[in-house]
Amino acid sequence: MRVANSLGEVLITARKLEAAKISGVVDIAPAFASVAVFFASSGELANSTARIQAVLGGRNPAGSGALTKGRVNEVPVCYEAEFGPDLEVVAQQSQLSPREIALRHADAAYQVRCVGFTPGFPFLSGLPKALATPRRAAPRLAVPPGSVAIGGAQTGIYPLSSPGGWNIIGRTPLRLFDAAREPAALFQAGDRVHFVAITGAEFARWGK
Amino acid sequence: MGKITVLRSGPLATVQDLGRPQHRRAGIAPGGALDLHAARVANLLVGNPETSGLLEIALGPTRFRCDDERVVACCGAEIHAALGRPFRIQPNEELELTPPPKGCRAWLAISGGIEVPLVLGSRATDLRGCFGGREGRALRDGDELPLGQTANNLKFKGRIASWGAPAEWARTAARHPLLRVIHGSEWKNFAPATQAAFLHGSYTVTAQADRMGARLEGATLPRLSNAEMLSEAVVPGTIQVANDGLPILLLGDCQTIGGYPKIAHVITVDLPIAAQLRPNDRVCFRSVSMAEAHDLFVARETDFSFFRAGLHLRSG
Repeated sequence: MRVANSLGEVLITARKLEAAKISGVVDIAPAFASVAVFFASSGELANSTARIQAVLGGRNPAGSGALTKGRVNEVPVCYEAEFGPDLEVVAQQSQLSPREIALRHADAAYQVRCVGFTPGFPFLSGLPKALATPRRAAPRLAVPPGSVAIGGAQTGIYPLSSPGGWNIIGRTPLRLFDAAREPAALFQAGDRVHFVAITGAEFARWGK
Repeated sequence: MGKITVLRSGPLATVQDLGRPQHRRAGIAPGGALDLHAARVANLLVGNPETSGLLEIALGPTRFRCDDERVVACCGAEIHAALGRPFRIQPNEELELTPPPKGCRAWLAISGGIEVPLVLGSRATDLRGCFGGREGRALRDGDELPLGQTANNLKFKGRIASWGAPAEWARTAARHPLLRVIHGSEWKNFAPATQAAFLHGSYTVTAQADRMGARLEGATLPRLSNAEMLSEAVVPGTIQVANDGLPILLLGDCQTIGGYPKIAHVITVDLPIAAQLRPNDRVCFRSVSMAEAHDLFVARETDFSFFRAGLHLRSG
């Protein structure tokens, strides 16, 4: 179902649906302004439509005010040219130096609007307007894992090597997705993110 | 514990099962066999639970051998003469699967099931996420995969070949490539003439076709409003219209969210036909109501439960 384009609305809707434990529901997935509900079979869907309406019309579950406060995650990022092949592109767009781009990108406060596209990919809101840069005309075939990138007014982190059209400005040594880990994805919708600039030497030493 | 050895892997053979339908919020595709129904049927034919690990074989040729006696069955494209019928293979007998004359994929179930470790609740290979199956990748020549125990009820020596699955389930590549669809949430963002062009024309599968989806070529489908959309959930069967006006048919490994308008969704019971499309195939769409889609699904599930009960009666 579609809801307002607001993280709070999305998270509260998802939480209400989860708390209701509607029979036959196999998955509930929040996006930017919608929450998708998946059923195991259509018989259950038919019986549950009214139930969903009732749940959504009901009161917010306890603690939903705190939902959008989110966990705070510090994400180290190396903004050096080696890891940020598109810093120059963003520099031209913003009329800022690569160093100033790194400072402003790391200075802002971000929030995970949605996790999707590929496993563990966080779409972050909060990018300073000056840094907004249109997607590349031709996507790269393989973006290295950990790449921190700007796509339009959003910023995000590629968890896995994948094709991608966003402008890459740095890289984090953190592992955003690990299927063997619990939870597999480092971020969930609502999490807050701060980037912390690190040097190439610190990147190389990270986790060792 | 037995094992299966891959002698020739072919273009794309992977371990699959019924996938991971419960992890979309982490961006994980439901995945699993692109024809989940064929996987369930093939597994039942060899005495396995529906959820057992099995092989998905794209095109072939492919060659395997097991180190002990097994019952195997394949469904989907015709990679073997005994499609939809279980048969025995002897220890170290080489099983050769040939490229099908039509269609793209087949599912080979082996009694005991392929017992690679469960990752996030499934043995399915997630090729984009690089996990599940054999090290998250397509099978290679020389790979060995562990097999579980053949079910006790396969002691019915000599009787197994007397049953088979309905042709509609086992020979999906032979079915007419007509995909029934329900309207997508942006259906009304296309003019009536465009909707008609989509439903009455035919589309050709391009070379850009994989487990995530297939780009189609045919009448372009201009939308009425070019307003950028916020990404929202897409599912296997969703037909998105890209900015060039051409449709993309999503399959099991599709991304969890998408920002292109959704003109239609292929109904669940026709996803087995979609899984057989290969480049240059032509495909047509026909619109059905949501109620009809539900009825068709319920009818197939009812048939399937009779099929399952029938197999248990015969093998009990």
